[in-house]
Amino acid sequence: MTKDECKKVVLDIIADIAPDEDLTAVKPDVRLRDQLQLDSMDFLDIVMELRKRHGIEVPEADYLQLASLDSCAEYLTPKFNALAAKG
Amino acid sequence: MKPARIVITGVGLTAPNGNTLTEFRQNLLTGVAGIERLEVRYMGTLLAGVCHYDPLKYQKKKEVRVGTRAGSISIYCAREALADSGIDFAAVPKDRVGIYIGCTEHGNVETENEIYNISKFNYDTKYWSHYHNPRTVANNPAGETSLNLGSTGPAYTIGAACAAGNMGLIHAAQMLRLGEVDFAIGGGVSESIHTFGIFAGFKSQNALATHEDPKKASRPFDKARNGIVVSEGGCLYTLERLEDAQARGAKIYAEIAGYCVNSDASDYVLPNPVRQAECIRQALGRAGLEPRDIHIVNTHATATPLGDIQECEAIRAVFGEGCPDTYINNTKSFIGHCMGAAGALELAGNLPSFNDLTVHPTINVDDLDPLCSLPGLVLNQPRQVAKVDTILNNSFGMLGINSTLIVRRFVP
Repeated sequence: MTKDECKKVVLDIIADIAPDEDLTAVKPDVRLRDQLQLDSMDFLDIVMELRKRHGIEVPEADYLQLASLDSCAEYLTPKFNALAAKG
Repeated sequence: MKPARIVITGVGLTAPNGNTLTEFRQNLLTGVAGIERLEVRYMGTLLAGVCHYDPLKYQKKKEVRVGTRAGSISIYCAREALADSGIDFAAVPKDRVGIYIGCTEHGNVETENEIYNISKFNYDTKYWSHYHNPRTVANNPAGETSLNLGSTGPAYTIGAACAAGNMGLIHAAQMLRLGEVDFAIGGGVSESIHTFGIFAGFKSQNALATHEDPKKASRPFDKARNGIVVSEGGCLYTLERLEDAQARGAKIYAEIAGYCVNSDASDYVLPNPVRQAECIRQALGRAGLEPRDIHIVNTHATATPLGDIQECEAIRAVFGEGCPDTYINNTKSFIGHCMGAAGALELAGNLPSFNDLTVHPTINVDDLDPLCSLPGLVLNQPRQVAKVDTILNNSFGMLGINSTLIVRRFVP
């Protein structure tokens, strides 16, 4: 998985949990909370959907890694690839 | 000191056969029932009353996703009632607004959904939703409404089984009289059709209605009735002290005349006609009315074989003789049993009688059960009458809770 593909995965999740938001102009380097109406329960949704849809676990200590699309991609892409390598 | 006079100034509702009072009333007068087939988890196709309001009229998509069906129904009904009341809600001090919503039960929908959800993950509870607790707390429907309206006064639910719809109204009137709030939103809601448990429970009780024609399935007082049609719905009213309503020139639907709530203390599920009759008599007494003064009695009857007979026994005991101007009907024959919303919706369906002097009928009675025969029972066709100044609304529930609410035509 590339980092761009990883960002697409995260955006697909956000589209479901924040259906009123326009995601076409999300800036990857800006904190998601600073550009979208997302609260702490929404971030738990992102964590839950990563777990349900993709088998990716994000420990609470790492939640800050999900702050922006860029940081999500940095943090999650290796996890996706490690999971894929496991088969 | 005489208690303050309390009046109804707005109505918001969603029923299986209508999403406004006008549409609902029209269907009650033209015999249009709202029962349809519904797929229910684990159980297959069953009959139910389903509401078809537009949740996005007053909620964002995210609010609908995060909240509950009961919350959504409550928000729709509250907003519709506010719009109907004509009040400038922006100018109302929000800490003086009370929200009192009757519920038969709450939380079963979300709990069933979450158990189903984790069943897809080998029952691993790490997949259990973090929204489960805010969705299942008993005050959820009222709390979601307060969030939507931005009202900061008391907002809670009243758990009273199927007597709850009346209870929401009664409680709103009490809180206005106590001076706890200056503007109240009260009534009842139900999301019951989204649980399989309520259907399965009634089926195990042999109390779930079946019929090849869904619209004929709910048939109180008919000899062939075979149980309850479970429905969802909601009806919330705006209530105000008379002087406040008059000061802003509000239209007034009706005045709260009297009410009573009591308990059977005799069985988990079987009704008790003696206590029901006591409830009706006490409500009459508090209203300062005699049985002959009541022009419409809206029955609770749910179409269970025994329950209908017992309510008729209670009504016969109170209205059996000397009440030539008392007419009796039933709204569940159109919409099924809307549980916590039932009492509030059924009252709403009759309120327009003050203006059109027409009593909506009880439909689907092809063969009247002689044990349910009552003088004044309005069967299958609406009846034009000479006078409607009072409506008495019965709502009874499991564990033996009874509620009777009487409203009267407003006369300054």
